[in-house]
Amino acid sequence: MLSIKNLKVNVDGKAILKGIDLEIQAGEVHAIMGPNGSGKSTLANVLAGREGYEVVDGTVTYQGQNLLELAPELRARSGVFLAFQYPVEIPGVSNVYLLKAAVNAVRKHRGLDELDAMDFLALVREKMKLVKMDEQFLYRAVNEGFSGGEKKRNEILQMALLEPALGILDETDSGLDIDALKIVSDGVNALRSKDRALVLVTHYQRLLDYVVPDRVHVLAHGRIVKSGDRGLALELEQKGYGWIETQAAAL
Amino acid sequence: MNAVMQAHQHYAAEFERVESVLAGAASPWLRELRRNALAVFVERGFPTARDEDWKYTRTAAIEKRAFSCVPAAAAPLNAQRLQQVLHTEFAAHRIVIVDGRYRPEWSQLDGLPAGVRVTALAAALSDESSGVRTALGKAVNIQRHPFAALNTAFIDDGVFIALQKGAVLDQPVQIVFVASAAQGGHATHPRVVVAADEHSRATLIERFVALDEAVYFTNAVTEVVLGDHASVELCRLQEESAKAFHISGVFVTQGRASRFTSHAISLGALLARDDIDVQLAAPGVECTLNGLYMAGGRQHADTHSRVDHLQPHGTSHEFYKGVLDGHGRGVFNGKVIVHPDAQKTDARQRNENLLLSDDAEADTKPELEIYADDVKCAHGATVGQLDADSVFYLRSRGMDEAAARSLLTYAFASEIIERVPVPAIRAYLQQAVLARLPGGPAIEEFL
Ligand SMILES: Nc1ncnc2c1ncn2[C@@H]1O[C@H](COP(=O)(O)OP(=O)(O)OP(=O)(O)O)[C@@H](O)[C@H]1O
Ligand SMILES: [Mg+2]
Repeated sequence: MLSIKNLKVNVDGKAILKGIDLEIQAGEVHAIMGPNGSGKSTLANVLAGREGYEVVDGTVTYQGQNLLELAPELRARSGVFLAFQYPVEIPGVSNVYLLKAAVNAVRKHRGLDELDAMDFLALVREKMKLVKMDEQFLYRAVNEGFSGGEKKRNEILQMALLEPALGILDETDSGLDIDALKIVSDGVNALRSKDRALVLVTHYQRLLDYVVPDRVHVLAHGRIVKSGDRGLALELEQKGYGWIETQAAAL
Repeated sequence: MNAVMQAHQHYAAEFERVESVLAGAASPWLRELRRNALAVFVERGFPTARDEDWKYTRTAAIEKRAFSCVPAAAAPLNAQRLQQVLHTEFAAHRIVIVDGRYRPEWSQLDGLPAGVRVTALAAALSDESSGVRTALGKAVNIQRHPFAALNTAFIDDGVFIALQKGAVLDQPVQIVFVASAAQGGHATHPRVVVAADEHSRATLIERFVALDEAVYFTNAVTEVVLGDHASVELCRLQEESAKAFHISGVFVTQGRASRFTSHAISLGALLARDDIDVQLAAPGVECTLNGLYMAGGRQHADTHSRVDHLQPHGTSHEFYKGVLDGHGRGVFNGKVIVHPDAQKTDARQRNENLLLSDDAEADTKPELEIYADDVKCAHGATVGQLDADSVFYLRSRGMDEAAARSLLTYAFASEIIERVPVPAIRAYLQQAVLARLPGGPAIEEFL
């Protein structure tokens, strides 16, 4: 599904990602952990196609195509979805408008008919149940005045509607209360399927209790310094990152 | 002799030429009013670069063209085009002015409620009993506004609306100023006079439209006098020809506890300059001024507002937005003067500009002069571009770049459009804004 080889990325001339290698197969859930500022969001943003990142080396292949040469909207339409660490507020654009435009853009790309208002509403209502969102959120401006947790649920709602092949969740669990974490996790689990790969960027073991990953990677100083199974996340929870960073530095 | 003198001479000569055929030419008071105004204009002259109020807006192109008055004989009209631009769905009542002259055959003034009179200004000027004399020129400061002086010198036709005490216009009245091909090369000086007596209420629509992409000069003045507790809402929609020069002044005087609201939408003309000048002349007055200007290509749109808080407990809220693209330029200057007696004034002003291209430009300047101590005044002005994070967010959800940018621009403009009280005009404006955006058609289907 996704193959990242020796990916090196600069931001403002500064090396942030220093050679990332990562292979993700359909059906897998990978967790990426790592200290603040290590490059996790940078990796997520580069995959989604945000401007301002200079890829200086390496390749990213998604479903057999060179992902890096696609415009962000084409990546989205081909099934790449990024749930943002900090979803932006967009005053004046209603949530329902964005959802409808997004769903239909993706459907069109897949050669499906656009949904009419009725069918769309039925679909969105069904998905909103999944993340326990009230219908009023449809008619509010995108994320405007949403609480931190509501914004994150809105991201999962979008993901549920777009049914991506590759979902990248950048700290979707941060700032959630215990109930919201459960709701979001249930939402994510409902999206687990053999055709879909998920990447969870997180700082907390707790999410991984609910959404059990196949692989766990530690990103530090722009490199994946350790990979393992879910046991690695438990180890990190107990010992912190210090030991890995020392280990990596010694290599 | 320099060019400026020549321009004045041109208008003075025009005046000589047409004075005797202007409406009510036989009335001494009108003659006096016109001649006095012409003298003020000739004395004052066209604005120059030294005029602080005209710093960003050059009128040399208008001077140079020496526009003459439209000949009296009505030229044949493209009736089909005219029918299209009238937008009869905007309002039940309609008065149509083509090339500066009232056209009864296109107007619809049946069924006006009791106490409401809507007539052509020329007719009112020729009829001493019309009552227009007491209202005409009362709210207009021709010393401060050279083009209002010019308009007054050439007062001829337009609209006179008189609302008697307690009269309520349940349906809006639409005034449509149409420029036909025959207006090319000519100037019109349409005048609207609104006398809203105490406790009266009205919603008025003023539209400036063109049937043709002609070069012409509209020099319009609208004056509104609100009696105590009167309420007037004015929607102005400027869609002149893309080659036209449009200068307008709205002058308002408010009585006790009256309410005036304006929505000024400026989309057309090569050069547009709109002054709005409101006198909060009695206690407890509410004044709301909203506006949207869009300028692309080589368009220039200038709004100058002036709000005089003269008496206590007055509220003024101004909210203007500009969308500038291509080499378009927007100017906003908001002057608020809180006079010594105007304690407990609440004056707020906001101006936000969106630049969509590297060559677009916006100049914004709030000017607050406060001579009372117990007041609340706030102002904010911004000039910025579309938020890159928002554009990316939308693209990451599958929207192409043009659609994302257009959607955000549309959302920006919508904040002003949403305030327009007439649903049919709101819907029309949404379409008009979308039509000006490259990704408009793509986003329209989801709205
Ligand atoms: N636009 C930018 N300009 C300058 N530096 C940047 C920019 N974007 C990211 N960086 C830097 O790149 C580094 C990696 O940032 P990134 O956001 O990827 O970290 P992260 O691993 O997601 O951290 P966190 O856990 O705090 O979310 C940081 O040092 C950050 O300051
Ligand atoms: Mg991050």
